[in-house]
Amino acid sequence: MSSKTHYEFKPLNVGRWIIWGLFSLLMVVAPLMFTSSLSHTMLSQMGIAIIVCLSYNMLLGQGGMLSFGHAVYSGMGSFLAIHTLNNVSNGEWALPVSLIPIVGGLAAAAFAVVFGWVTTKKAATPFAMITLGVGELVWAMSLMFPEFFGGEGGITGDRVTGSKPFGITYGPQIQLYYLIAAYTFVCTVLMFAFTRTPLGRMLNAVRDNPERVEFVGYNTQMVRYIAFIVAGFFAGVSGGLAALNFEIVTSEVVSAHRSGAYLLFTFLGGATFFFGPILGGILMVLAFVLLSELTKAWLLYLGLVFLFMVMYAPGGVSSLIMMNLRVASFGFLRRIWASYLALAGTSFVILVGAGAMIEMVYHLQLNAALGNELRFMGATLNAKGLNSWFGAAFVLLTGIALFELTRRQFLKDWGEVQVDIEKEIKRREAL
Amino acid sequence: MNTVADNSMQSSAEGQKSLRNEPPSGYALELRDLRKSFGKTEIIRGANLAVQAGERVGIIGPNGAGKSTLFNLISGRFEPTSGDVLLNGHRINGKKPFEINRLGLSRSFQITNIFPKLSVFENLRCGVLWSLGYKYSFWHFLADLDDANDRAEELMDRIHLHKKRDVLAMNLTYAEQRALEIGITIAGGANVILLDEPTAGMSKSETKRFIELIREVTEGKTLLTVEHDMGVVFGLADKIAVVVYGEVIAFDTPEAVRANARVQEAYLGSVLAEAQAAGH
Repeated sequence: MSSKTHYEFKPLNVGRWIIWGLFSLLMVVAPLMFTSSLSHTMLSQMGIAIIVCLSYNMLLGQGGMLSFGHAVYSGMGSFLAIHTLNNVSNGEWALPVSLIPIVGGLAAAAFAVVFGWVTTKKAATPFAMITLGVGELVWAMSLMFPEFFGGEGGITGDRVTGSKPFGITYGPQIQLYYLIAAYTFVCTVLMFAFTRTPLGRMLNAVRDNPERVEFVGYNTQMVRYIAFIVAGFFAGVSGGLAALNFEIVTSEVVSAHRSGAYLLFTFLGGATFFFGPILGGILMVLAFVLLSELTKAWLLYLGLVFLFMVMYAPGGVSSLIMMNLRVASFGFLRRIWASYLALAGTSFVILVGAGAMIEMVYHLQLNAALGNELRFMGATLNAKGLNSWFGAAFVLLTGIALFELTRRQFLKDWGEVQVDIEKEIKRREAL
Repeated sequence: MNTVADNSMQSSAEGQKSLRNEPPSGYALELRDLRKSFGKTEIIRGANLAVQAGERVGIIGPNGAGKSTLFNLISGRFEPTSGDVLLNGHRINGKKPFEINRLGLSRSFQITNIFPKLSVFENLRCGVLWSLGYKYSFWHFLADLDDANDRAEELMDRIHLHKKRDVLAMNLTYAEQRALEIGITIAGGANVILLDEPTAGMSKSETKRFIELIREVTEGKTLLTVEHDMGVVFGLADKIAVVVYGEVIAFDTPEAVRANARVQEAYLGSVLAEAQAAGH
């Protein structure tokens, strides 16, 4: 038993302690650094989004299960949580408000036990189809049972209720934020731990080669099913926190729209690394809250970004970070930062050109009554003027041409750096 | 390290232990009038075979004779149309591959079938987890499973891939991937091993080394190999089963099979002469 030092994970791993420590520290100090009520709202939503994106990635990234209906589980968690909250308010149940997200999680897990049995019978494309079907089913039910789903107005609740230990009422947003942060931390730790368990590893194996898994004694369907239930639980916890945060739950929370957002942002953050969905969750809130304030065309921009990522960086933001960290660890980053600057510059030109045109179209469609003129990045554009359109098109085309040139140069530089890294690895191995 | 791994294997693989200790009168693997049709085409037409525990059987036959189909029927990939497959005396036809695997039968594939995005070590550990009783556990940390980790390390040594421990399986050379495939196959400690053309696509020298490896790692187990390379078959097998046109037309020692007139007639003549000329 002399060869124990090389095992990859031990609870007393210093690097890991530092990372988790920084993660929790960041969550503790974030609301102290950003003190506006908007940032407290956003931070709360980020915690909720992080949990749900991580739970979604259990399916997508770790299990290779492309779900189009994950909002069913976060949404059912929300509904059960808000009903529980109302029961607590009525005095029917005595349950601390801080435990209500767990009720949401258990409820969602129960739904996953039922729906997941059908869903996980199949893998790959049939799996995706079934999740879509189940999503539509629940969405249809939400219209049929207004007593439970609240119809158009949704179900409202009041989180300031029940026992108030140490004077914590969850009335102020900051108190709720810390509850959400605590849940986010614990859920993230648990979901990370899950990836280090036999089931977590077999889930990766099922993703990579389900047939082989059957021949080493595992029932792939059971692996998918249990993982699906676990993912459902965490989605439900996130839904429960959302119910406490917004104090209203409408049927929108189980919609395909919502499921699509989970998919989109988990992918943007990156499904291949554990921390990818954390970035995805943060991006989701930034997009939903800030980008939508900035421009009416935000969904269009989001779609474009998604398109670009799928085409050029299918590993998402996290894989971009990890690839560049690898380059940096070999000290080669200085060789490509010039082409990065060029890429950023030309991308910005494209954004200006495309943005001007998109904003003019939206202006014509939505704000035509305010006249033809609009402000865009400090310039005044005329939405019906030939000059503005010609100018925007010129900027856009120039941007695209320059971008393509810099992209080719970048790929060349990047390739050379990768070759040098391989050489360096060989050299170190030889030592 | 070996002893620890072996002890834990025995203690946690109760099911397999009881199978192993069955009286020698029973066959390790038995096929009774096994048939398989795809549509109207009958591929396996009443195959009979009875393999004693510990025997090494080479399965030969012309292309399209149904050798791989036979393996797929035994391992549960396909369900037989009629007839029986018995593993250690238990009827296993119609069972799922994972159920058959749990009863102590493991197989490799003609086309390399590993977990490409997992490391060599992880590949092997995936192979041992079920047999050590960890099942669908998400309340153990893999790092704490000393028995599974030691067993995976030991397997890695046995297939000579310890230097590639953390290399992703997809980045291995072809021969290394084939070795890993064998490693995964024997990982669960099954006592009946099916190898489907283990040396397919290997060079002569690789093949020679690889046969040695197979012999080592399947020591004491019941082994069935489909092979095209006659040198491999006659070098590895105690007994040869000749499959022609969906039937087992001969099952005997290599010498007896060589002398078998029906085999000569049906198939072997030319191929056998070749093998004999090669010195086997």
